[in-house]
Amino acid sequence: MKLLNHTSKYLAIILLPLITIWAVVFYYAMLDEIYDSLDDGLENQKILLLERLPHNPQILNHNDLELWNHEITPITKLQFDSFEERYADTLMFMLNEQDFEPVRILESKMMYNDNYYKVKFITSMVEEDDLIADLITYLIVLYALLMITIVILNNLMLKKIWKPFYSLIEQFRNFRIEKDEHIQTMDTSIEEFQLLNTSVKTLMAQSRARYLEQQHFIENAAHELQTPLAISINKLELFFENTKLSEDEVKTMTSIMDNLGRLTRLNKSLLLLSKIENRQFTDEEDIDFKPLLENVITDFDDLAAHKNLKLHLNATGSLKFRMNKDLAVILLTNLIKNAIIHGQQNNTVTIELKNKLIVISNFGLAGGLDPTSLFSRFKKISTDKKSTGIGLAIAKAISDKYEIDLIYSYTTKHNFSLLFPARG
Amino acid sequence: MKLLIIEDEPEMLENMVQTLEREHYIVETASDYQSALDKIGVYNYDCILLDITLPDGNGLDLLKELKMAGKNEGVIIISAKDSLEDRLQGLNFGADDYLPKPFHMAELHARVKAVLRRRHFEGNHYILLGNVAIYPENRQVLIDENEIVLNRKEYDILMYLITNKTRLVTKSALAEHVWGDHIDQSDSFDFIYSQIKNLRKKLENASITIEAIYGVGYKLEVIK
Repeated sequence: MKLLNHTSKYLAIILLPLITIWAVVFYYAMLDEIYDSLDDGLENQKILLLERLPHNPQILNHNDLELWNHEITPITKLQFDSFEERYADTLMFMLNEQDFEPVRILESKMMYNDNYYKVKFITSMVEEDDLIADLITYLIVLYALLMITIVILNNLMLKKIWKPFYSLIEQFRNFRIEKDEHIQTMDTSIEEFQLLNTSVKTLMAQSRARYLEQQHFIENAAHELQTPLAISINKLELFFENTKLSEDEVKTMTSIMDNLGRLTRLNKSLLLLSKIENRQFTDEEDIDFKPLLENVITDFDDLAAHKNLKLHLNATGSLKFRMNKDLAVILLTNLIKNAIIHGQQNNTVTIELKNKLIVISNFGLAGGLDPTSLFSRFKKISTDKKSTGIGLAIAKAISDKYEIDLIYSYTTKHNFSLLFPARG
Repeated sequence: MKLLIIEDEPEMLENMVQTLEREHYIVETASDYQSALDKIGVYNYDCILLDITLPDGNGLDLLKELKMAGKNEGVIIISAKDSLEDRLQGLNFGADDYLPKPFHMAELHARVKAVLRRRHFEGNHYILLGNVAIYPENRQVLIDENEIVLNRKEYDILMYLITNKTRLVTKSALAEHVWGDHIDQSDSFDFIYSQIKNLRKKLENASITIEAIYGVGYKLEVIK
């Protein structure tokens, strides 16, 4: 849930009981006020009656409550003494509504010419059920209005206020440390966001610096290793040519050279990986993968034949994709090489080419491999001493660079799929 | 044939001088930018091996100077960097080839010979070895005037072995040259054997032969 709606949600939850409690309190306060006002009116009627009585003694005969709104009944002195003035609610049939409606009654007593009377005054009263219904309707409307206002305010104001924040997280989402992109912060007068902006800037600058440092270290180390490696290999080669050696000596020397060769390849692979991550391959061209695959497969014919494997290309679609040609070759080479090296003897390595998809599958050791660590550097599956364990990491780095999905799956075969994104 | 090697690493330089002198080239050396510039200004060479990173300058600038002076030497850039930009820049500035360190000596010979061949014999040249004649321009191989058909790999193997004739060429050097850099990491280079076998069959009537040396490599010999 978005931050903006989050606050709205809490407000909605809090407002509901708050308004309900408020409604109850308000209802009773209002009712109290209404009663007070009605009672005042009734009392006023009584005073008016007492004032008029000396001029108009006929009033004493008013005993029809519905006609006169008051009713005077004679009582004894005993009754008079024990009578307490009181207000009461009751129901009375109303002609206009054709229904019993609540009325307020004042029962009082008076003494006139030594006679005792009980006097009843009546006034029509507020209909509580209607009042409650009205109140609820209005409160619902109020609640709705409040919520609409809050949501609109949130979306307008808060969105504006939180803009630097949203701008940051939008950039974080696409942030890749190997890309030389700077996070753009927005100017803001809000202290927290200013702090956030400066922290983000510092953090990014530091991370990027560390990353570059590390990249440079790997690159420099690899570069610096090239020359001594070259010297050693070439010295051995010269020694080889200049010295008469026995077969055993030749084999020892060759083993030394082969190991130096391994070191060289490892070094080159590391350099390549670091170059891919540094985005040093900028040249791009539209590549038709069918002829490319055919070429790569031809290169591997001998290696496959040596391992008693068949390479089978099954092209049912065509695939064109814009990328660096060297990297495309390296990507396919590494995956096919991997399939050949780990493929079961006397079996087939199948390379399927479909629209937007290349699948390279081989029979191998039973059971799937762990896809999380498969593509990390120096992850070795076989006991094969001469593989550097970096080929799949390179393939992964290349596919990541071009947003190609490199997916491993295990059916009865080990499958490496390259799913190309739908773009030029 | 006169070569100039511009390389600041003394041992690297020594190796290259030794191996190229064995091929009977006249080899001169320079180990920094300034002395290289002096030599280029005074003498003419058939081929220059140029290291890009020099203590007092960039090899690419040297290449520019060379081309600006209107000199037509063959240039092979030698670099520890193996970076695409250097390669492209170098070739754009008129270098003939780019050889990343480390390399096999056999590869160095092959590159130098290819450059010299391209410079000095405009296509009419052929290599004659025993009764085998090779026309590099159209990748044609003849034994006693009869053409034999070689596939790309067989031809490359033959050419590489001829370039390095009477030397031991290790399997790894051969594999890297013929199958490319990316073939590496394979568990052994024995897979090249099937192509060697085919090539030997096709060279049955030739007076050259490919000898296996202790299982570590091959050597081309001319049968007397």
